[in-house]
Amino acid sequence: MEQVFQQMINGISLGGIYALMALGYTMVYGIINLINFAHGDIYMVGAYVGFALTTFFNIGFLPALLISMAATSLLGIIIEKIAYKPLRKSPRITALITAISISLLLQYTMMYFVGPQTRTFPEVLESKSLKFLNGNVILDVKNIYIIAITLILMIALQFIVRKTKMGKAMRASSYDLEAAELMGVNVNKVISFTFAMGSALAGAAGVLVGIYYNTINPLMGSLPGLKAFVAAVLGGIGAIPGAVLGGFSLGIIETIVSANGGSVFKDAVAFLILILVLLVRPNGLLGKTAKEKV
Amino acid sequence: MLELKNIDVFYGNIHALKNICLKVNQGEIVTLVGANGAGKSTTLKTISGLLKPKRGEILFNGGSINELNASDIVKLGISHVPEGRRIFANMTVMENLEMGAFIRDDSKNIEEDYEKVFSLFPRLNERRKQIAGTLSGGEQQMLAIGRALMSKPKLLLLDEPSMGLAPLIVKEIFSIIKNINALGTTVLLVEQNANMALNIANRAYIIKNGVIELEGDPKVLLNDESIKKAYLG
Ligand SMILES: Nc1ncnc2c1ncn2[C@@H]1O[C@H](COP(=O)(O)OP(=O)(O)O)[C@@H](O)[C@H]1O
Ligand SMILES: [Mg+2]
Repeated sequence: MEQVFQQMINGISLGGIYALMALGYTMVYGIINLINFAHGDIYMVGAYVGFALTTFFNIGFLPALLISMAATSLLGIIIEKIAYKPLRKSPRITALITAISISLLLQYTMMYFVGPQTRTFPEVLESKSLKFLNGNVILDVKNIYIIAITLILMIALQFIVRKTKMGKAMRASSYDLEAAELMGVNVNKVISFTFAMGSALAGAAGVLVGIYYNTINPLMGSLPGLKAFVAAVLGGIGAIPGAVLGGFSLGIIETIVSANGGSVFKDAVAFLILILVLLVRPNGLLGKTAKEKV
Repeated sequence: MLELKNIDVFYGNIHALKNICLKVNQGEIVTLVGANGAGKSTTLKTISGLLKPKRGEILFNGGSINELNASDIVKLGISHVPEGRRIFANMTVMENLEMGAFIRDDSKNIEEDYEKVFSLFPRLNERRKQIAGTLSGGEQQMLAIGRALMSKPKLLLLDEPSMGLAPLIVKEIFSIIKNINALGTTVLLVEQNANMALNIANRAYIIKNGVIELEGDPKVLLNDESIKKAYLG
Protein backbone atom coordinates (compact mmCIF):
# COMPACT_ATOMS: atom_id res chain seq x y z
CA MET A 1 0.00 0.00 0.00
CA GLU A 2 2.75 2.44 1.03
CA GLN A 3 4.54 1.40 -2.13
CA VAL A 4 1.58 2.42 -4.23
CA PHE A 5 1.34 5.85 -2.58
CA GLN A 6 5.03 6.48 -2.98
CA GLN A 7 4.94 5.50 -6.62
CA MET A 8 1.94 7.72 -7.25
CA ILE A 9 3.80 10.70 -5.75
CA ASN A 10 6.86 10.03 -7.88
CA GLY A 11 4.80 9.22 -10.95
CA ILE A 12 2.72 12.37 -10.71
CA SER A 13 5.84 14.50 -10.29
CA LEU A 14 7.49 12.97 -13.33
CA GLY A 15 4.20 13.01 -15.20
CA GLY A 16 3.75 16.72 -14.52
CA ILE A 17 7.07 17.38 -16.22
CA TYR A 18 6.09 15.30 -19.23
CA ALA A 19 2.73 17.02 -19.32
CA LEU A 20 4.26 20.50 -19.33
CA MET A 21 6.39 19.52 -22.28
CA ALA A 22 3.66 17.60 -24.07
CA LEU A 23 1.54 20.76 -24.01
CA GLY A 24 4.10 22.54 -26.17
CA TYR A 25 4.18 19.74 -28.73
CA THR A 26 0.45 19.58 -28.90
CA MET A 27 -0.20 23.33 -29.15
CA VAL A 28 2.34 23.81 -31.93
CA TYR A 29 1.05 20.76 -33.76
CA GLY A 30 -2.50 22.03 -33.37
CA ILE A 31 -1.68 25.23 -35.21
CA ILE A 32 0.91 24.40 -37.85
CA ASN A 33 0.92 20.58 -37.94
CA LEU A 34 4.59 20.45 -37.07
CA ILE A 35 6.19 18.09 -34.58
CA ASN A 36 8.71 20.49 -33.12
CA PHE A 37 11.53 18.10 -32.39
CA ALA A 38 13.59 20.93 -30.94
CA HIS A 39 11.11 21.19 -28.07
CA GLY A 40 13.13 18.92 -25.76
CA ASP A 41 16.15 21.11 -26.30
CA ILE A 42 14.24 24.23 -25.38
CA TYR A 43 13.58 22.44 -22.12
CA MET A 44 17.31 21.82 -21.80
CA VAL A 45 18.02 25.52 -22.36
CA GLY A 46 15.44 26.33 -19.68
CA ALA A 47 17.29 24.06 -17.26
CA TYR A 48 20.60 25.77 -18.02
CA VAL A 49 19.17 29.25 -17.64
CA GLY A 50 17.72 28.20 -14.29
CA PHE A 51 21.05 26.66 -13.34
CA ALA A 52 23.01 29.79 -14.27
CA LEU A 53 20.64 32.09 -12.44
CA THR A 54 20.60 30.10 -9.22
CA THR A 55 24.28 29.15 -9.25
CA PHE A 56 26.05 32.28 -10.48
CA PHE A 57 23.59 35.00 -9.66
CA ASN A 58 22.16 33.55 -6.47
CA ILE A 59 18.66 34.24 -7.63
CA GLY A 60 15.88 32.49 -5.74
CA PHE A 61 13.98 29.58 -7.15
CA LEU A 62 10.74 31.30 -8.17
CA PRO A 63 12.30 34.33 -9.90
CA ALA A 64 14.73 31.99 -11.63
CA LEU A 65 11.81 29.89 -12.83
CA LEU A 66 10.03 32.93 -14.25
CA ILE A 67 13.14 34.32 -15.94
CA SER A 68 13.87 30.91 -17.48
CA MET A 69 10.33 30.77 -18.81
CA ALA A 70 10.70 34.22 -20.33
CA ALA A 71 14.03 33.26 -21.89
CA THR A 72 12.77 30.03 -23.42
CA SER A 73 9.62 31.68 -24.73
CA LEU A 74 11.81 34.21 -26.50
CA LEU A 75 13.95 31.38 -27.85
CA GLY A 76 10.83 29.63 -29.11
CA ILE A 77 9.65 32.76 -30.91
CA ILE A 78 13.05 33.26 -32.53
CA ILE A 79 13.31 29.64 -33.67
CA GLU A 80 9.89 29.82 -35.25
CA LYS A 81 10.62 33.09 -37.03
CA ILE A 82 13.99 32.03 -38.38
CA ALA A 83 13.60 28.32 -39.02
CA TYR A 84 9.94 27.39 -39.45
CA LYS A 85 8.19 30.45 -40.79
CA PRO A 86 9.97 30.40 -44.16
CA LEU A 87 8.87 26.77 -44.55
CA ARG A 88 5.16 27.18 -43.88
CA LYS A 89 4.20 26.37 -47.42
CA SER A 90 6.83 23.64 -47.87
CA PRO A 91 6.13 19.94 -47.59
CA ARG A 92 5.84 18.77 -44.00
CA ILE A 93 8.92 16.59 -44.22
CA THR A 94 11.04 19.69 -44.89
CA ALA A 95 9.89 21.34 -41.69
CA LEU A 96 10.35 18.10 -39.77
CA ILE A 97 13.95 17.73 -40.93
CA THR A 98 14.54 21.37 -40.04
CA ALA A 99 13.17 20.75 -36.56
CA ILE A 100 15.60 17.88 -36.08
CA SER A 101 18.45 20.10 -37.26
CA ILE A 102 17.44 22.83 -34.82
CA SER A 103 17.41 20.23 -32.08
CA LEU A 104 21.00 19.22 -32.86
CA LEU A 105 22.03 22.84 -33.25
CA LEU A 106 20.74 23.71 -29.78
CA GLN A 107 22.37 20.65 -28.21
CA TYR A 108 25.80 21.21 -29.68
CA THR A 109 25.78 24.98 -29.36
CA MET A 110 25.07 24.53 -25.69
CA MET A 111 27.77 21.89 -25.46
CA TYR A 112 30.24 24.25 -27.13
CA PHE A 113 29.64 26.91 -24.52
CA VAL A 114 29.17 24.91 -21.33
CA GLY A 115 31.02 21.69 -22.13
CA PRO A 116 29.59 18.20 -22.31
CA GLN A 117 29.87 17.40 -18.61
CA THR A 118 26.94 16.98 -16.30
CA ARG A 119 26.36 19.83 -13.89
CA THR A 120 24.88 19.65 -10.46
CA PHE A 121 21.93 21.88 -9.83
CA PRO A 122 22.24 23.74 -6.52
CA GLU A 123 19.89 22.91 -3.68
CA VAL A 124 17.60 25.88 -4.13
CA LEU A 125 14.80 24.43 -2.04
CA GLU A 126 15.30 23.51 1.56
CA SER A 127 15.46 19.77 1.76
CA LYS A 128 12.52 19.00 3.92
CA SER A 129 10.08 16.22 3.58
CA LEU A 130 6.87 15.05 5.07
CA LYS A 131 6.62 11.45 6.13
CA PHE A 132 3.40 9.48 6.17
CA LEU A 133 2.42 5.98 7.17
CA ASN A 134 5.24 5.40 9.64
CA GLY A 135 7.77 7.04 7.38
CA ASN A 136 7.17 4.65 4.54
CA VAL A 137 5.76 7.31 2.26
CA ILE A 138 7.93 10.38 1.74
CA LEU A 139 6.56 13.54 0.29
CA ASP A 140 9.54 15.73 -0.44
CA VAL A 141 9.27 19.52 -0.68
CA LYS A 142 10.50 19.14 -4.25
CA ASN A 143 7.53 16.95 -5.11
CA ILE A 144 5.20 19.50 -3.64
CA TYR A 145 6.79 22.28 -5.65
CA ILE A 146 6.73 20.32 -8.89
CA ILE A 147 3.13 19.25 -8.51
CA ALA A 148 1.96 22.68 -7.38
CA ILE A 149 3.78 24.56 -10.12
CA THR A 150 2.63 22.14 -12.77
CA LEU A 151 -0.96 22.60 -11.68
CA ILE A 152 -0.70 26.38 -11.47
CA LEU A 153 0.80 26.58 -14.95
CA MET A 154 -1.88 24.32 -16.36
CA ILE A 155 -4.63 26.37 -14.80
CA ALA A 156 -3.03 29.54 -16.14
CA LEU A 157 -2.81 28.00 -19.59
CA GLN A 158 -6.41 26.89 -19.43
CA PHE A 159 -7.44 30.41 -18.46
CA ILE A 160 -5.48 31.95 -21.32
CA VAL A 161 -6.83 29.54 -23.89
CA ARG A 162 -10.45 29.71 -22.73
CA LYS A 163 -10.89 33.30 -21.67
CA THR A 164 -8.50 35.63 -23.44
CA LYS A 165 -8.88 36.94 -26.94
CA MET A 166 -5.50 35.61 -28.00
CA GLY A 167 -6.29 32.21 -26.51
CA LYS A 168 -9.57 32.01 -28.37
CA ALA A 169 -7.81 33.04 -31.55
CA MET A 170 -5.40 30.20 -30.89
CA ARG A 171 -8.16 27.66 -30.51
CA ALA A 172 -9.92 28.95 -33.59
CA SER A 173 -6.68 28.85 -35.58
CA SER A 174 -5.94 25.33 -34.51
CA TYR A 175 -9.34 24.29 -35.76
CA ASP A 176 -9.22 26.19 -39.05
CA LEU A 177 -6.34 28.53 -39.77
CA GLU A 178 -7.86 30.00 -42.90
CA ALA A 179 -11.23 30.68 -41.29
CA ALA A 180 -9.45 32.36 -38.38
CA GLU A 181 -7.63 34.56 -40.85
CA LEU A 182 -10.99 35.56 -42.31
CA MET A 183 -11.98 36.77 -38.83
CA GLY A 184 -9.03 39.16 -38.91
CA VAL A 185 -6.73 36.98 -36.81
CA ASN A 186 -3.10 37.70 -37.58
CA VAL A 187 -1.80 34.20 -38.08
CA ASN A 188 1.81 35.17 -37.53
CA LYS A 189 0.99 36.59 -34.12
CA VAL A 190 -0.96 33.51 -33.11
CA ILE A 191 1.86 31.21 -34.17
CA SER A 192 4.44 33.30 -32.27
CA PHE A 193 2.19 33.31 -29.25
CA THR A 194 1.80 29.54 -29.42
CA PHE A 195 5.53 29.00 -29.59
CA ALA A 196 6.04 31.44 -26.73
CA MET A 197 3.59 29.62 -24.48
CA GLY A 198 4.77 26.13 -25.36
CA SER A 199 8.40 27.08 -24.91
CA ALA A 200 7.76 28.82 -21.59
CA LEU A 201 6.17 25.61 -20.29
CA ALA A 202 9.14 23.60 -21.55
CA GLY A 203 11.50 26.06 -19.83
CA ALA A 204 9.59 25.60 -16.59
CA ALA A 205 9.79 21.83 -16.98
CA GLY A 206 13.57 22.14 -17.46
CA VAL A 207 14.03 24.05 -14.23
CA LEU A 208 11.76 21.65 -12.34
CA VAL A 209 13.73 18.69 -13.59
CA GLY A 210 16.90 20.44 -12.53
CA ILE A 211 15.73 20.74 -8.96
CA TYR A 212 14.15 17.29 -8.95
CA TYR A 213 17.03 15.21 -10.29
CA ASN A 214 19.79 17.75 -9.54
CA THR A 215 21.73 17.07 -12.70
CA ILE A 216 21.65 18.65 -16.12
CA ASN A 217 23.61 18.22 -19.32
CA PRO A 218 23.33 19.49 -22.90
CA LEU A 219 21.76 16.29 -24.20
CA MET A 220 19.24 15.97 -21.38
CA GLY A 221 16.40 17.12 -23.62
CA SER A 222 16.39 14.43 -26.23
CA LEU A 223 14.93 11.47 -24.34
CA PRO A 224 12.39 13.40 -22.27
CA GLY A 225 11.54 15.32 -25.44
CA LEU A 226 10.70 12.10 -27.23
CA LYS A 227 8.77 10.81 -24.24
CA ALA A 228 6.75 14.00 -23.98
CA PHE A 229 6.01 13.62 -27.67
CA VAL A 230 4.73 10.12 -26.92
CA ALA A 231 2.64 11.60 -24.10
CA ALA A 232 1.14 14.10 -26.53
CA VAL A 233 0.32 11.32 -29.00
CA LEU A 234 -1.09 9.17 -26.22
CA GLY A 235 -3.43 11.99 -25.19
CA GLY A 236 -4.28 12.84 -28.79
CA ILE A 237 -1.96 15.26 -30.51
CA GLY A 238 -3.54 18.68 -30.89
CA ALA A 239 -5.76 18.26 -27.82
CA ILE A 240 -4.65 20.31 -24.82
CA PRO A 241 -6.39 18.21 -22.13
CA GLY A 242 -4.99 15.17 -23.92
CA ALA A 243 -1.43 16.37 -23.39
CA VAL A 244 -2.04 16.70 -19.66
CA LEU A 245 -3.65 13.28 -19.41
CA GLY A 246 -0.98 11.69 -21.59
CA GLY A 247 1.83 13.28 -19.57
CA PHE A 248 0.54 12.14 -16.21
CA SER A 249 -0.30 8.66 -17.52
CA LEU A 250 3.15 8.21 -18.96
CA GLY A 251 4.87 9.45 -15.79
CA ILE A 252 2.85 7.09 -13.61
CA ILE A 253 3.27 4.08 -15.89
CA GLU A 254 6.98 4.66 -16.18
CA THR A 255 7.38 4.96 -12.42
CA ILE A 256 5.37 1.81 -11.76
CA VAL A 257 7.36 -0.17 -14.30
CA SER A 258 10.70 0.94 -12.96
CA ALA A 259 9.68 0.39 -9.33
CA ASN A 260 8.62 -3.16 -10.08
CA GLY A 261 11.89 -4.44 -11.34
CA GLY A 262 11.60 -2.99 -14.78
CA SER A 263 13.97 -0.08 -14.43
CA VAL A 264 16.00 -1.39 -17.34
CA PHE A 265 12.90 -1.13 -19.51
CA LYS A 266 11.60 2.17 -18.24
CA ASP A 267 12.73 4.09 -21.29
CA ALA A 268 11.35 1.43 -23.61
CA VAL A 269 7.91 1.67 -22.03
CA ALA A 270 7.19 5.03 -23.62
CA PHE A 271 7.94 3.73 -27.06
CA LEU A 272 5.96 0.58 -26.50
CA ILE A 273 3.04 2.83 -25.62
CA LEU A 274 3.63 4.83 -28.78
CA ILE A 275 3.44 1.73 -30.92
CA LEU A 276 0.32 0.50 -29.13
CA VAL A 277 -1.43 3.86 -29.45
CA LEU A 278 -0.63 4.09 -33.12
CA LEU A 279 -1.95 0.56 -33.68
CA VAL A 280 -5.03 0.68 -31.51
CA ARG A 281 -6.11 4.28 -31.23
CA PRO A 282 -4.12 6.54 -33.52
CA ASN A 283 -6.09 9.62 -32.46
CA GLY A 284 -5.05 9.15 -28.86
CA LEU A 285 -7.19 9.10 -25.74
CA LEU A 286 -8.83 12.50 -26.18
CA GLY A 287 -8.03 13.21 -29.81
CA LYS A 288 -10.79 13.72 -32.30
CA THR A 289 -10.86 11.97 -35.60
CA ALA A 290 -8.52 13.80 -37.89
CA LYS A 291 -10.41 16.54 -39.62
CA GLU A 292 -9.89 16.73 -43.31
CA LYS A 293 -8.35 19.98 -44.44
CA VAL A 294 -9.74 20.78 -47.86
CA MET B 1 -17.49 49.92 -54.03
CA LEU B 2 -15.61 46.84 -55.23
CA GLU B 3 -13.92 46.45 -58.54
CA LEU B 4 -11.88 43.57 -59.94
CA LYS B 5 -9.75 44.62 -62.89
CA ASN B 6 -8.30 41.96 -65.19
CA ILE B 7 -7.63 39.44 -62.43
CA ASP B 8 -5.61 36.29 -63.14
CA VAL B 9 -5.21 33.63 -60.47
CA PHE B 10 -3.21 30.41 -60.60
CA TYR B 11 -2.99 27.31 -58.47
CA GLY B 12 0.49 26.21 -59.43
CA ASN B 13 0.09 25.64 -63.15
CA ILE B 14 -3.69 25.67 -63.11
CA HIS B 15 -4.99 28.92 -64.51
CA ALA B 16 -8.14 29.25 -62.38
CA LEU B 17 -9.25 32.82 -63.13
CA LYS B 18 -8.68 34.44 -66.49
CA ASN B 19 -8.88 38.19 -66.86
CA ILE B 20 -11.82 38.57 -64.48
CA CYS B 21 -13.51 41.97 -64.40
CA LEU B 22 -16.33 42.47 -61.95
CA LYS B 23 -17.97 45.36 -60.15
CA VAL B 24 -20.16 45.65 -57.08
CA ASN B 25 -21.85 48.94 -56.30
CA GLN B 26 -22.84 50.10 -52.86
CA GLY B 27 -26.18 48.71 -51.74
CA GLU B 28 -26.44 46.00 -54.38
CA ILE B 29 -26.84 42.28 -54.27
CA VAL B 30 -24.61 41.00 -57.03
CA THR B 31 -24.51 37.34 -57.83
CA LEU B 32 -21.81 35.30 -59.51
CA VAL B 33 -23.22 32.04 -60.79
CA GLY B 34 -21.64 29.14 -62.60
CA ALA B 35 -21.18 25.39 -62.56
CA ASN B 36 -18.98 23.47 -60.18
CA GLY B 37 -15.30 24.25 -60.76
CA ALA B 38 -15.99 27.43 -62.69
CA GLY B 39 -13.92 29.61 -60.37
CA LYS B 40 -16.52 31.13 -58.06
CA SER B 41 -14.82 30.29 -54.77
CA THR B 42 -11.46 31.27 -56.21
CA THR B 43 -12.90 34.69 -57.02
CA LEU B 44 -14.12 35.24 -53.47
CA LYS B 45 -10.89 33.96 -51.93
CA THR B 46 -8.95 36.38 -54.08
CA ILE B 47 -11.10 39.29 -52.95
CA SER B 48 -10.76 38.40 -49.28
CA GLY B 49 -7.01 37.96 -49.57
CA LEU B 50 -6.70 34.21 -49.08
CA LEU B 51 -5.30 33.99 -52.61
CA LYS B 52 -3.11 36.52 -54.39
CA PRO B 53 -3.77 37.38 -58.01
CA LYS B 54 -0.87 37.02 -60.40
CA ARG B 55 -2.09 39.91 -62.51
CA GLY B 56 -4.69 42.62 -62.15
CA GLU B 57 -5.96 44.87 -59.43
CA ILE B 58 -8.71 44.80 -56.84
CA LEU B 59 -10.08 48.13 -55.68
CA PHE B 60 -12.23 48.55 -52.61
CA ASN B 61 -13.69 52.00 -52.03
CA GLY B 62 -11.03 53.36 -54.31
CA GLY B 63 -7.99 51.75 -52.65
CA SER B 64 -6.03 48.79 -53.96
CA ILE B 65 -6.36 45.74 -51.70
CA ASN B 66 -4.78 42.93 -53.68
CA GLU B 67 -1.49 43.22 -51.78
CA LEU B 68 -3.11 43.04 -48.34
CA ASN B 69 -3.39 40.03 -46.04
CA ALA B 70 -6.76 38.48 -45.36
CA SER B 71 -6.67 39.71 -41.77
CA ASP B 72 -6.23 43.32 -42.92
CA ILE B 73 -8.91 43.11 -45.56
CA VAL B 74 -11.55 42.21 -42.95
CA LYS B 75 -10.63 45.38 -41.12
CA LEU B 76 -11.45 47.42 -44.22
CA GLY B 77 -14.99 46.03 -44.15
CA ILE B 78 -15.07 42.93 -46.35
CA SER B 79 -16.33 39.80 -44.63
CA HIS B 80 -16.18 36.41 -46.32
CA VAL B 81 -18.50 33.53 -45.47
CA PRO B 82 -16.53 30.65 -46.99
CA GLU B 83 -17.87 27.65 -48.84
CA GLY B 84 -18.81 24.83 -46.49
CA ARG B 85 -19.43 27.35 -43.66
CA ARG B 86 -16.14 26.69 -41.87
CA ILE B 87 -17.49 27.52 -38.44
CA PHE B 88 -15.28 26.71 -35.46
CA ALA B 89 -16.99 23.44 -34.63
CA ASN B 90 -15.02 23.01 -31.40
CA MET B 91 -16.28 26.28 -29.97
CA THR B 92 -19.70 27.42 -28.76
CA VAL B 93 -22.11 29.50 -30.81
CA MET B 94 -21.25 32.50 -28.67
CA GLU B 95 -17.51 31.98 -29.04
CA ASN B 96 -17.93 31.78 -32.81
CA LEU B 97 -19.65 35.15 -32.76
CA GLU B 98 -16.91 36.52 -30.53
CA MET B 99 -14.38 35.39 -33.12
CA GLY B 100 -16.45 37.23 -35.71
CA ALA B 101 -15.94 40.39 -33.66
CA PHE B 102 -12.23 39.71 -33.29
CA ILE B 103 -11.13 42.92 -35.02
CA ARG B 104 -13.33 45.13 -32.87
CA ASP B 105 -12.78 46.50 -29.39
CA ASP B 106 -15.91 48.54 -28.86
CA SER B 107 -17.28 46.03 -26.40
CA LYS B 108 -20.50 47.88 -25.71
CA ASN B 109 -21.55 47.97 -29.35
CA ILE B 110 -20.45 44.38 -29.77
CA GLU B 111 -22.99 43.34 -27.14
CA GLU B 112 -25.70 45.11 -29.12
CA ASP B 113 -24.60 43.46 -32.32
CA TYR B 114 -24.85 39.99 -30.79
CA GLU B 115 -28.48 40.81 -30.14
CA LYS B 116 -28.92 42.00 -33.72
CA VAL B 117 -27.53 38.70 -34.99
CA PHE B 118 -29.83 36.80 -32.66
CA SER B 119 -32.81 38.75 -33.90
CA LEU B 120 -31.88 37.87 -37.48
CA PHE B 121 -31.34 34.23 -36.48
CA PRO B 122 -33.59 33.43 -33.52
CA ARG B 123 -32.59 29.76 -33.75
CA LEU B 124 -29.08 30.72 -32.70
CA ASN B 125 -30.37 32.61 -29.69
CA GLU B 126 -31.66 29.41 -28.11
CA ARG B 127 -28.31 27.76 -28.72
CA ARG B 128 -25.80 30.32 -27.46
CA LYS B 129 -23.90 27.85 -25.29
CA GLN B 130 -24.15 24.91 -27.69
CA ILE B 131 -20.99 23.59 -29.33
CA ALA B 132 -21.20 24.77 -32.92
CA GLY B 133 -20.31 21.38 -34.37
CA THR B 134 -23.57 19.95 -33.01
CA LEU B 135 -25.78 22.43 -34.90
CA SER B 136 -27.74 21.33 -37.96
CA GLY B 137 -26.45 22.30 -41.39
CA GLY B 138 -28.86 25.20 -41.71
CA GLU B 139 -28.02 26.51 -38.26
CA GLN B 140 -24.32 26.25 -39.05
CA GLN B 141 -24.86 28.35 -42.16
CA MET B 142 -26.75 30.90 -40.08
CA LEU B 143 -23.92 30.95 -37.59
CA ALA B 144 -21.37 31.42 -40.38
CA ILE B 145 -23.32 34.40 -41.69
CA GLY B 146 -23.91 35.80 -38.20
CA ARG B 147 -20.22 35.43 -37.40
CA ALA B 148 -19.31 37.32 -40.57
CA LEU B 149 -21.76 40.11 -39.68
CA MET B 150 -20.08 40.60 -36.31
CA SER B 151 -17.19 42.37 -38.00
CA LYS B 152 -19.69 44.98 -39.24
CA PRO B 153 -18.85 44.52 -42.90
CA LYS B 154 -19.68 46.97 -45.62
CA LEU B 155 -19.46 44.16 -48.14
CA LEU B 156 -20.49 40.59 -47.40
CA LEU B 157 -19.11 37.78 -49.58
CA LEU B 158 -21.26 34.65 -49.49
CA ASP B 159 -20.00 31.40 -50.98
CA GLU B 160 -22.82 28.97 -51.75
CA PRO B 161 -24.92 29.50 -48.64
CA SER B 162 -27.49 27.03 -50.00
CA MET B 163 -25.05 24.15 -50.26
CA GLY B 164 -26.41 20.89 -48.90
CA LEU B 165 -29.49 22.44 -47.28
CA ALA B 166 -33.15 21.50 -47.55
CA PRO B 167 -35.23 23.77 -49.83
CA LEU B 168 -37.19 25.24 -46.95
CA ILE B 169 -34.03 26.29 -45.10
CA VAL B 170 -32.55 27.67 -48.32
CA LYS B 171 -35.61 29.85 -48.70
CA GLU B 172 -35.24 31.07 -45.14
CA ILE B 173 -31.58 31.88 -45.62
CA PHE B 174 -32.16 33.73 -48.87
CA SER B 175 -34.84 35.86 -47.30
CA ILE B 176 -32.41 36.69 -44.49
CA ILE B 177 -29.78 37.65 -47.08
CA LYS B 178 -32.27 40.07 -48.61
CA ASN B 179 -32.95 41.36 -45.15
CA ILE B 180 -29.26 41.91 -44.42
CA ASN B 181 -28.95 43.80 -47.69
CA ALA B 182 -31.99 45.92 -46.89
CA LEU B 183 -30.33 46.85 -43.59
CA GLY B 184 -27.44 48.35 -45.53
CA THR B 185 -24.86 45.66 -46.25
CA THR B 186 -23.75 45.20 -49.83
CA VAL B 187 -23.70 41.54 -50.89
CA LEU B 188 -21.68 39.53 -53.39
CA LEU B 189 -23.36 36.14 -53.58
CA VAL B 190 -21.78 33.13 -55.24
CA GLU B 191 -24.13 30.27 -56.09
CA GLN B 192 -24.55 27.10 -58.06
CA ASN B 193 -28.20 27.31 -57.17
CA ALA B 194 -28.69 29.92 -59.90
CA ASN B 195 -32.47 30.22 -59.69
CA MET B 196 -32.54 31.33 -56.09
CA ALA B 197 -29.59 33.67 -56.51
CA LEU B 198 -30.87 35.30 -59.68
CA ASN B 199 -34.18 35.87 -57.97
CA ILE B 200 -32.80 38.10 -55.24
CA ALA B 201 -29.92 39.78 -57.10
CA ASN B 202 -29.80 43.23 -58.67
CA ARG B 203 -27.10 42.23 -61.14
CA ALA B 204 -25.52 38.98 -62.18
CA TYR B 205 -22.35 37.57 -63.68
CA ILE B 206 -21.97 34.14 -65.20
CA ILE B 207 -18.61 32.45 -64.91
CA LYS B 208 -17.39 29.40 -66.81
CA ASN B 209 -13.94 27.82 -66.75
CA GLY B 210 -12.46 30.87 -65.06
CA VAL B 211 -13.88 33.34 -67.55
CA ILE B 212 -16.75 35.78 -67.06
CA GLU B 213 -19.06 34.88 -69.92
CA LEU B 214 -21.97 37.20 -69.32
CA GLU B 215 -23.09 40.10 -67.25
CA GLY B 216 -26.64 41.28 -66.98
CA ASP B 217 -30.03 41.71 -65.46
CA PRO B 218 -30.85 38.59 -63.44
CA LYS B 219 -34.50 38.66 -64.54
CA VAL B 220 -33.42 38.45 -68.17
CA LEU B 221 -30.95 35.67 -67.52
CA LEU B 222 -33.56 33.75 -65.55
CA ASN B 223 -35.92 33.67 -68.48
CA ASP B 224 -33.38 32.76 -71.11
CA GLU B 225 -33.46 28.99 -71.53
CA SER B 226 -30.40 28.89 -73.80
CA ILE B 227 -28.26 30.65 -71.21
CA LYS B 228 -29.45 28.29 -68.51
CA LYS B 229 -28.55 25.31 -70.65
CA ALA B 230 -25.16 26.64 -71.66
CA TYR B 231 -23.83 27.84 -68.33
CA LEU B 232 -25.86 26.82 -65.37
CA GLY B 233 -26.23 23.09 -66.04
N1 LIG C 1 -6.44 24.36 -53.89
C1 LIG C 1 -6.53 24.13 -55.21
N2 LIG C 1 -5.48 23.59 -55.87
C2 LIG C 1 -5.55 23.38 -57.20
N3 LIG C 1 -6.61 23.65 -57.95
C3 LIG C 1 -7.68 24.19 -57.36
C4 LIG C 1 -7.70 24.45 -55.95
N4 LIG C 1 -8.89 24.98 -55.64
C5 LIG C 1 -9.59 25.04 -56.79
N5 LIG C 1 -8.88 24.56 -57.82
C6 LIG C 1 -9.30 24.51 -59.22
O1 LIG C 1 -9.65 25.80 -59.66
C7 LIG C 1 -10.83 25.77 -60.41
C8 LIG C 1 -11.88 26.67 -59.80
O2 LIG C 1 -12.27 26.14 -58.55
P1 LIG C 1 -13.31 26.85 -57.57
O3 LIG C 1 -13.02 28.30 -57.56
O4 LIG C 1 -13.30 26.14 -56.31
O5 LIG C 1 -14.68 26.58 -58.36
P2 LIG C 1 -16.17 26.79 -57.88
O6 LIG C 1 -16.17 27.46 -56.55
O7 LIG C 1 -16.79 27.63 -58.95
O8 LIG C 1 -16.79 25.44 -57.82
C9 LIG C 1 -11.26 24.31 -60.51
O9 LIG C 1 -10.80 23.79 -61.72
C10 LIG C 1 -10.55 23.67 -59.36
O10 LIG C 1 -10.25 22.33 -59.66
MG1 LIG D 1 -16.87 26.77 -54.80
